[in-house]
Amino acid sequence: MNTINKSSVQSALDSFLNREVYLHLETTNGAYAVHTQQSNMSVGAYIRNGRISFGRGVITGDGPYRVGLKLELGWVYAEGLTDFEITPEGQLLLAGHDQEGRLAVALELSLSPFKL
Amino acid sequence: MEQHVLVVFPHPDDETFGCGGTIAQFAKSGVPVTYICATMGQMGRNMGKPFFATRESLPNVREAELAEACQAIGIQQVINLGLRDKTVEFEDPELLTDRIEQILREIRPSLVLTHYPGYAVHPDHNALGEVTIRAISRLSVQDRPVVYAHAFSHDSLDVLGPPDIVNDITALSDLKLAAIRAHKSQSQGILARIAKGQFAEQSFESSFSHLLESESFWTYNFS
Ligand SMILES: [Zn+2]
Repeated sequence: MNTINKSSVQSALDSFLNREVYLHLETTNGAYAVHTQQSNMSVGAYIRNGRISFGRGVITGDGPYRVGLKLELGWVYAEGLTDFEITPEGQLLLAGHDQEGRLAVALELSLSPFKL
Repeated sequence: MEQHVLVVFPHPDDETFGCGGTIAQFAKSGVPVTYICATMGQMGRNMGKPFFATRESLPNVREAELAEACQAIGIQQVINLGLRDKTVEFEDPELLTDRIEQILREIRPSLVLTHYPGYAVHPDHNALGEVTIRAISRLSVQDRPVVYAHAFSHDSLDVLGPPDIVNDITALSDLKLAAIRAHKSQSQGILARIAKGQFAEQSFESSFSHLLESESFWTYNFS
């Protein structure tokens, strides 16, 4: 992954417009957050292979970045994104890493299902 | 003398951090060790430091790391159950119990290492430990392997009492450290912080050196 280049990510988002796409969305502070006393709650959520279609998708901010995808009936939103990669299969991977290099948030789009 | 050790954990690296020295000890004395690893740790948060894995490459990265770690501590066979990280507790426990029972009947281990259900912090650890105990309790008493249960929740000492197995692994610490290093994506952050002496709280560093000195287990009581 590389540090987010806003215009590259924006054109990647545009390439998914109005298509059936598979979404991976997650955020986490780690299953050990309470155990290691970094937090009083372990919080996380993920969607793997949600199928969506969006007519508008925008990256904003000056880093860390935010992404919003406007669906016919709702929204997909992520903040804290720092790094991106476009895989050889054309998947767009966006992630937010903390100072320790740990993943805290991820938003990924693909035209074919993500591996289980 | 054990005849066959079966290790059952959900994530690549559980075998190393929790009982790498003990496994190395058995392997060195010629006991075959089989590892049922339920997931590939697909949802791990650590990506290396500096990070080199992505959410999508992580399972392949961890599979390769696991192979290297297994070589270091002497695990000869890995059975990957193909489950997904963080989902073990949501699977049908009957089906999981059946699969583990089937492996138990094939391998006929004399000793099983697994997480102590309820005392192993991560929901995957507790869920897999529980189905493993269930599968073993289906065996007739004379066929049941001994179970060394690994517990590390903060209340384990209070509730379970002191562990009855305290295994000195200092002679095997090099092998365990090699396996920890093999799990690069998971250990680089911790090792870097230790090298820099960044752990102001002495407890962490001493718990790390403890990690290389002894491993503790509670023998599971089936009655
Ligand atoms: Zn684990």
